[in-house]
Amino acid sequence: MMWRKGAMPPTWREKMLDAKKIRKDFPVFDTGIIYLDSAATSQKPRQVIEAVSNFYKTKNSNVARGLYRIAEEATMAYESVRKKAASFINAREAGEIIFTRNTTEGANLVMRGWGEKNMGKGGKVATTMLEHHTNFVPWQVLAKRKGAEFAVAEITDEGLLDEADLEQKIRGASLVAVSAASNVLGTMPDTKKICRIAHDNGALCFVDAAQYAPSIPVNVKEMGCDFLAFSGHKMLAPFGAGVLYGRHDILEDMDPLLYGSEMIREVHPDHSEWAEIPHKFEAGTPAVDAVVGLGAAMDYLSSAGLENIRNHEMELVKLMLERLSEIKGLEILGPEDPGRRGALVAFTVEGVHPHDISAMLSEDNVCVRSGHHCAMPLHTRLGVAASTRASVYLYNTKEDIDALAESLHKVEKLFK
Amino acid sequence: MEEIYQEYIIELYKNPRNYGEIPDSERAEVSNPTCGDRITLFLKIRDGIVQNAKFTGHGCAISQASASLFTGFIRGKSLEELSGVGKEDVLSLLRIDLSRNPTRMRCALLPLDALKKLLKDVLP
Ligand SMILES: Cc1ncc(COP(=O)(O)O)c(C=O)c1O
Repeated sequence: MMWRKGAMPPTWREKMLDAKKIRKDFPVFDTGIIYLDSAATSQKPRQVIEAVSNFYKTKNSNVARGLYRIAEEATMAYESVRKKAASFINAREAGEIIFTRNTTEGANLVMRGWGEKNMGKGGKVATTMLEHHTNFVPWQVLAKRKGAEFAVAEITDEGLLDEADLEQKIRGASLVAVSAASNVLGTMPDTKKICRIAHDNGALCFVDAAQYAPSIPVNVKEMGCDFLAFSGHKMLAPFGAGVLYGRHDILEDMDPLLYGSEMIREVHPDHSEWAEIPHKFEAGTPAVDAVVGLGAAMDYLSSAGLENIRNHEMELVKLMLERLSEIKGLEILGPEDPGRRGALVAFTVEGVHPHDISAMLSEDNVCVRSGHHCAMPLHTRLGVAASTRASVYLYNTKEDIDALAESLHKVEKLFK
Repeated sequence: MEEIYQEYIIELYKNPRNYGEIPDSERAEVSNPTCGDRITLFLKIRDGIVQNAKFTGHGCAISQASASLFTGFIRGKSLEELSGVGKEDVLSLLRIDLSRNPTRMRCALLPLDALKKLLKDVLP
């Protein structure tokens, strides 16, 4: 892959990201918005929009069925993205890549396909207080259904994962579910270490990479995870295409989530046999257009260089932390070190409700998110009902951060 | 910003009216799951007339201002009058245009939700 160390020409690697130039690829910015909500969903570049539209104009047909030319082309386009996704996260083979709708579907596929089969009474699932509901609720439900224990590891007051507590909670567990980057605190747990501890205890490890994969190179072999899920829509791709990675031998042994077309080898009146992996997990006609768009998105990210994107984000986050500290009564949630957090900053302002903050920022065309960001247990732990979150991606500039700060100064004045 | 965040709205947010509990009264609690806003409405009803109305809870400026104004509005009304109270009454109390802000509309109408819930329990 282009972005992997050593593979990229040094001159290109040294180049910083030119966000002003990148912005021109994103038609939505013609509307004048200052978009600081990429953690919810990213904007889409022309290249992705055109890839989808070209698919419809030249190849539209169902995949893995028709034998005429464009049907073969559609199938090849779809399967080539699987190969691309495999090398994007350094999987051993394309068969380890399952196309889902999003991260949530990936987690549920593991919960049903692996959990329902392997989790028993007296079993245990371990997760953390950092999690998005996506990496929390499925495991809570699984544990309830199976009479298993549901253990939630604590966070420190600084907002880091309490690793010692997690290690404790992993004991006796058969599944550990952790996110690679928190969507509220930005915290990035050491997933490689957690996977090792999980394995030492005979547990499998599911990694939620929804906030990680968009800008940090994922290497599933090196991380050692058994499952890893992410959403295409948070990394320049259309809605409706996500990826679940699963280790080959585990997938072989797992049950499908959905049954019906596309996932079978043979169907008889009295029994059926499933297709080989990954197809046994992709029942029904998939979102071929979105998957094609995901391929174009990964190409775009690779040519910009994930390392460059990550550096750019860290620079903006550092600036954001500085500018936000100017606001009276503003409290930042999570670690203060930009090197230890993902591309987002969540905060509260004393005496101003997060809803009012985002509504007032919207008057200046600044788009930020307010609420509990699908992490109610975390907000409860932090002792706040809701927070405001600003997140950045490759197309954001210093001017965007200035606009955020200026708008927040207005809020400060109005509520003084 | 000026349109919704009028000075009187912010003033009511900082210094809400009719804030507090009424002991020995009818009450109803409602919440808005998108932002975690929560309001408890207290009504002291005698002979079918609201003698006193108060609220507690926390939320954004819109929901808090709305609750302040709304509790004042329903005080002295009969239960019969209350069952006719609707969205338009709340919006004319607030005097701001939320027609293009469906999410904020839910904040504004939170006290009304509380009243409806309460009436369901009180009315036969
Ligand atoms: C950490 C994390 N996990 C999971 C999700 C869920 O993603 P999706 O809604 O695409 O399934 C999100 C995004 O909302 C997220 O930030």
